[in-house]
Amino acid sequence: MTTPNFLWSLAKKYFTAGLIGLTISDRYASFMAVRGSSMSPTLNPDSKNSTGFVFDDYVLVEKLCLEKYKFSRGDIVVFRSPSNYKEKNVKRIVALPGDRIGLPSVDTVRVPEGHCWVVGDNAACSMDSRSLGPIPLGLICGRITHVVWPPQRIGKVDSKISMLPCVHVSEEQT
Amino acid sequence: MKVLQYVRQWKSAAKEVVGHSILLAQFLSLLHVTDTYIFSSTLVYGPSMLPTLNFTGDVLLVEKLSPFLGKVGPGDVVLVRSPENPRKTITKRIMGVEGDTVTFLVDPGHSDRSHSLVVRMWMMVPKGHVWIQGDNIYASRDSRHLGPIPYGLILGKVFFRVWPPQDFGPLGQWD
Repeated sequence: MTTPNFLWSLAKKYFTAGLIGLTISDRYASFMAVRGSSMSPTLNPDSKNSTGFVFDDYVLVEKLCLEKYKFSRGDIVVFRSPSNYKEKNVKRIVALPGDRIGLPSVDTVRVPEGHCWVVGDNAACSMDSRSLGPIPLGLICGRITHVVWPPQRIGKVDSKISMLPCVHVSEEQT
Repeated sequence: MKVLQYVRQWKSAAKEVVGHSILLAQFLSLLHVTDTYIFSSTLVYGPSMLPTLNFTGDVLLVEKLSPFLGKVGPGDVVLVRSPENPRKTITKRIMGVEGDTVTFLVDPGHSDRSHSLVVRMWMMVPKGHVWIQGDNIYASRDSRHLGPIPYGLILGKVFFRVWPPQDFGPLGQWD
């Protein structure tokens, strides 16, 4: 007689926990694994270690910045890929609306209103705004603030723009 | 003795507070999950969807599951996060999905009157993008100005109109 009752209360408990967990991960913060070497010096510094296993970095993604969509140059963000909505990419913002980008191939590109220019730290193998163009800010779904795993690399992620040789940013005069 | 009694009293009060706050958190979470994953209501106004939606303001029910499952196709009225300002949302109709070729008039208001020439263009919608257009092509800022929109910006599919009362009912693909 007690088994259905027990199962029911267990299911209710899990459902509640899931609901609250989903809300927290949507609105405040969540964890995720970073794959690939496009952000290499900052995240996933060595994609393969001596044993041949690949260890991904786990990072803390903060979602509070989505309330106002206020970002600054140098923030590492997670955004949905413009060419495939199921994929999420991790890149660094180097320019905000109104900035001008100097590229070797094209003259200068002005970042349009509501968009940003993202670049991977490992410029050699990174699919970023140089091929995709400016990214709408609405596609961004979080900002990476901390590395939480592996243990020797726990700490804050620095939000400085690394010196990328191929990108020259001139900020908007306000 | 007095201390023990005090502790017991405090314990029951704390238990009550925790119980109430869990109930509140549960309620708010349910609200949030329903709002982001199942459906929500929204108020839209403006001239861009004029024959279908009113100028003064309509309250619509927006269903969030179909864009999540990839079941949004041509003809659907969708709620989209504006690419120009991420804090704003716009309501438009999907005219084409990835791989489709869309034809459109660049500036119908001008080309009809002052010039005899009608500028008609065609374009192939790139991968992972959609082409959105307002029903009122004379007063709508949409893919003709902004280009194809990434699918990830679609927030939901409009399926029901609640307000004004004379238009209460489901909102079909093409009216």
